[in-house]
Amino acid sequence: MMFDHALMSEINKFPGYENKKAFAGAFATLPDGMMAPRSLKCVKPGTNKKFSLDYILDAVGLKDGMTISFHHCLRNGDAVMRYVIDAIAKKGIRDLTLAVSSLSAVQDCLLPYFEQGVITAIDTSGNRGKLGAYVQKGKLKKPAIYRTHGGRARAIETGELHIDVAFIAAPCCDKFGNINGVQGKSACGSLGYAMPDAEYADHVVAITDGYTEKPLDYVSIPQTQVDYITEIDSIGDPKGITTGSIRVSKSPAELIISKYAADVIGFTEYFRDGMVFQFGSGGMAIATAGYIREKMLARGIVADAGVGGVSGFHVQMLNEGLIKTFYDPQDFDLTAISSLGTNPKHHEISASAYANPFSASPYVNMLDVTVLSATEIDTDFNVNVLTDSYGKLLGAPGGHPDSAAGAKLTVITMPLLRNRLPMLLDHVSTIVTPGETVDVLVTEYGIAVNPRRQDISDALKGKGLPLKSIEELKAKADALTGKVAPLELSDEICGIVEYRDGTIIDIIHKI
Amino acid sequence: MNSLYRTLLFVPGNNPGQLVKAEIYGADSVIFDLEDAVSVHEKDAARDLVRHYLLAMRPDNCRVGIRINAQDTPYYEKDVRAMVPLKPDFLRLPKSETAENMQKLDALITECEKKAGIEAGSVKIIATIETALGVYNAFQIAKGSPRVIAIGLGAEDFRTDMKMTRSDDGQEILFARNLISLSAHAAGVMPLDYVYSNFANMEGFTADVKFGKMLGFTGKSVIHPSQVPLVHEVYNPTDKEIEHAKRVVAAYNEAMARNAGVVALDGKMIDMPIVTRAKNTLEYAKASGKEIE
Repeated sequence: MMFDHALMSEINKFPGYENKKAFAGAFATLPDGMMAPRSLKCVKPGTNKKFSLDYILDAVGLKDGMTISFHHCLRNGDAVMRYVIDAIAKKGIRDLTLAVSSLSAVQDCLLPYFEQGVITAIDTSGNRGKLGAYVQKGKLKKPAIYRTHGGRARAIETGELHIDVAFIAAPCCDKFGNINGVQGKSACGSLGYAMPDAEYADHVVAITDGYTEKPLDYVSIPQTQVDYITEIDSIGDPKGITTGSIRVSKSPAELIISKYAADVIGFTEYFRDGMVFQFGSGGMAIATAGYIREKMLARGIVADAGVGGVSGFHVQMLNEGLIKTFYDPQDFDLTAISSLGTNPKHHEISASAYANPFSASPYVNMLDVTVLSATEIDTDFNVNVLTDSYGKLLGAPGGHPDSAAGAKLTVITMPLLRNRLPMLLDHVSTIVTPGETVDVLVTEYGIAVNPRRQDISDALKGKGLPLKSIEELKAKADALTGKVAPLELSDEICGIVEYRDGTIIDIIHKI
Repeated sequence: MNSLYRTLLFVPGNNPGQLVKAEIYGADSVIFDLEDAVSVHEKDAARDLVRHYLLAMRPDNCRVGIRINAQDTPYYEKDVRAMVPLKPDFLRLPKSETAENMQKLDALITECEKKAGIEAGSVKIIATIETALGVYNAFQIAKGSPRVIAIGLGAEDFRTDMKMTRSDDGQEILFARNLISLSAHAAGVMPLDYVYSNFANMEGFTADVKFGKMLGFTGKSVIHPSQVPLVHEVYNPTDKEIEHAKRVVAAYNEAMARNAGVVALDGKMIDMPIVTRAKNTLEYAKASGKEIE
């Protein structure tokens, strides 16, 4: 799959994207040069770091055209972005770039600041809702950029994404500036996605509702990186920060998919004592993990490590000894948060450690198996997790392309149909994860192995699984729904989709 | 497609979403329901929907059956006339009470097969017995037509007809289950176990399937997809059973080859029923996807 070069020259016309190149293959683009320089800092003993936000905004010299950053670890409960951007707007500052590890539905509240010109560019993993619609109306001064978790860390560390001021929502922060996410009323767990920002931003500001005079005994982001602290009543709504109980799918069709996925994994050579795996926290991923757990117990197999976002189910397996250790960039519920704070086998890692391709090996490279979802897939196994069937912004690349590239076996679990629409197409609306890094598609109507992986095909033959070619599955989808007419989208570029190595793999169209 | 009737999954005939998903659950047979799942106002619509569905996208990985409406309803004849030309593997007739019910359905199917140019006798019958009279006549029903391949109990209606009090473990229907199993085996057709409607109770369901298998049932009607794998698990032989069955059949074949009158394995006599059971075991093993060669 090659990106259209005519589009590339269009993209290169935008400021900041002049040197962008087209995607050339999952491991084809190699880094050169050095990592970005970081600001020297010096804070004398006894210096107070805690001030009002108003004071801090003046002290850091925030002005028009700068780049501000946030993390999305408070997910749909975040109240910090609005609080900070509102204060910035009141100062009359305009034309900022919002660099954020991801945006949730709750950030619809930021729309007025876009309309007023306070924010004119977006650098994120995903956005949806009103902000997504705003981007796709072409209202930003240049196309939004959508990066993977590893790709964002790479962009920060190479200097491609230079952050002037990082505002870090801090569930717990001591007077010296040490921060963690495992304590406080707004605990969110791992602060992995904020770590590259804290390390590389010119100025780092902690926004906390869990301020303490006493030094923390658990430190996620150290005082050496934090310049200022401001205390507010609430950094977020706990109901939106964490999910409640573990969600396991109850849908019979999803359970069929989950069971097939676990069977696929169980029949490959990767399902062995000492394996390393990643599975998500959605209902279907947890169901798959449940079936994997049963197989591990039945065969007496233990995983050496788990990598990726953590929920209560992952913690259960860690506590049962089925996973020996866990590398965690993100937590989804209180059980996971508590485990991170107390279990020495549960390690907090940064987004860079997790997935940055330009390091001496991110943790995703450990993976034997990863189980991922998809909004769409095509007959070349390219996966879309960013837009819906109409090309509208919906999700985020997140760690999807990173994990798929790192793992020896990448399994996509996805219903073949959603309502009346087929999810397996000739071409996905938006390519996010290249098919060369995807090995198996599991649907309720059958399982297709990427022809690149004859070894996996061979391992699954004669095992009673409904194996089909991707074309057969596509034909099945077409028979059930009728053939879908190709999307007719505007040529106007509203967003660019970056692969983890910094190359451009697709674009977001104006709607 | 395997040759077994371990699971017969009911799917409402008036629900397009459920029709297209019917094939994914691994049931040996899917029964598209025109009877209880469909209100009287939607009988025509369901019949049309099932017809178009089967014409356009009939599943090829399971048997297809239709539960038609009972003979004392105005929908019965229309159901049969609309469904037989689609060549379902079987029609399932509710409220089967007498051999005459079978003969009447047989005659109508025969007429429809002829009209549609379908091979005579290809559409089979499964009789659902759900009254005291039906249970009493179970053997006659099973022998009522050569098209009958199985009989099964409709427990809810049977309880009502018998003025029974319902228990969790189904003690009150034990006699009827026994009689249906006995009658089916006596008539040379399959006994199908009743629908266990509390699909949230997986433990109770599994215990019930195991008990049914003990009584001689060869498969079970189910109303929820999640019940399918549980039934298969109970009916699928274990590796140990398969290994033993293979050895029994091998010993039998070897004895036959040298015209020996007596078959022995591990110092024990093997008689014909044991050989038949071993062959059944291998049949189930094969259907469950296990390699037995």
